[in-house]
Amino acid sequence: MHELSILEGMIQGIEEEARTQGFGRVLQVRLEVGRLAGADVEALRFAFEAVSQDTLAEGALLEIIELPGKGVCRTCGREVEIEQRFDLCPVCGEGFVLVTGGTELRIKDIDVEGEG
Amino acid sequence: MCTTCGCGGTGATLDGHAHQHAQEPVRPGRRRVSLEQNLLAKNNALAAQNRQLCAARGWFMLNLVSSPGSGKTTLLEQTIQRLKKDVWVAVIEGDQQTSQDADRIKAAGAPAVQINTGKGCHLDAHMVGHALEVLNPPDGAVVMIENVGNLVCPAAFDLGENHKVVILSVTEGEDKPLKYPDMFAASDLMVLNKVDLLPHLRYDVSRCLDFARRVNPDIQILQVSAQNGDGLDAWLGWIEARRTALQKA
Repeated sequence: MHELSILEGMIQGIEEEARTQGFGRVLQVRLEVGRLAGADVEALRFAFEAVSQDTLAEGALLEIIELPGKGVCRTCGREVEIEQRFDLCPVCGEGFVLVTGGTELRIKDIDVEGEG
Repeated sequence: MCTTCGCGGTGATLDGHAHQHAQEPVRPGRRRVSLEQNLLAKNNALAAQNRQLCAARGWFMLNLVSSPGSGKTTLLEQTIQRLKKDVWVAVIEGDQQTSQDADRIKAAGAPAVQINTGKGCHLDAHMVGHALEVLNPPDGAVVMIENVGNLVCPAAFDLGENHKVVILSVTEGEDKPLKYPDMFAASDLMVLNKVDLLPHLRYDVSRCLDFARRVNPDIQILQVSAQNGDGLDAWLGWIEARRTALQKA
């Protein structure tokens, strides 16, 4: 359940940002989470509810943008999408795939109260 | 739940349905603050500090990860006993509770700091930074971190180590690399431990090694028995070779 401590850190970051940028309540948080990032989307949602309590982000909508796993096949050299790290190349069916994308675990942006 | 198309609220994942709502307009009464930060940025920055400190002091730091009961502490005891005549070894012990492991390490002849994570399921770079301050071994030391026994969470946290080493024992089942791929993908070396038990088990070693290489084609693999000493020379040789390579770099 490392999702909990990851999101604890995120909330701290948002509260620091609120002090420097002068905003109040957070209405929405958007994350980008790659398929191969090692973070579980459901666990992130659960953790968000728990750690946002009594903070500026309490009650905020959590949107998670899932990004596909990407890699290059070591045998045929094609760029492919994979679901899991151990998937063989879906094109040639033989090669190990060197992961090149899908490990993202990022906060993209937040919507806060007040007019832009 | 996704406000644009309404999906994703139940945790079900749909094949081929990736979200791309970057153009979604900001609703009235709000403003959007772009952050674009890695969620692990803080940990990664502290890990980079640890790595810098290690480089400055010539410390060689390994992060040992595994499930509980794989034999990490026994491997460490044996490693300390063999290494300590040539090089200073210090240990950072991570467990949710108790200082039993640190006590075993100290009995084996190495200084150790115990970190109790409480409910935490992994060590992070912040804890390790403080542990390094407390340990403060002489220049050129080998620092071994024994992470919390857990094949999932420690994979995500860079501690500033030179290498992650995953320990897997033959009593755990040969499909562990596929079940916990992130850990095997993050590690440079896999130590397959307790191989002295193989005659008593139905365990297909080559299948396990194949699975590990499928997840991480570059992973190096050593087969050892910390209990009877088989393979420990190769393990010590690996440490020495990596340490020397680092000193030359």
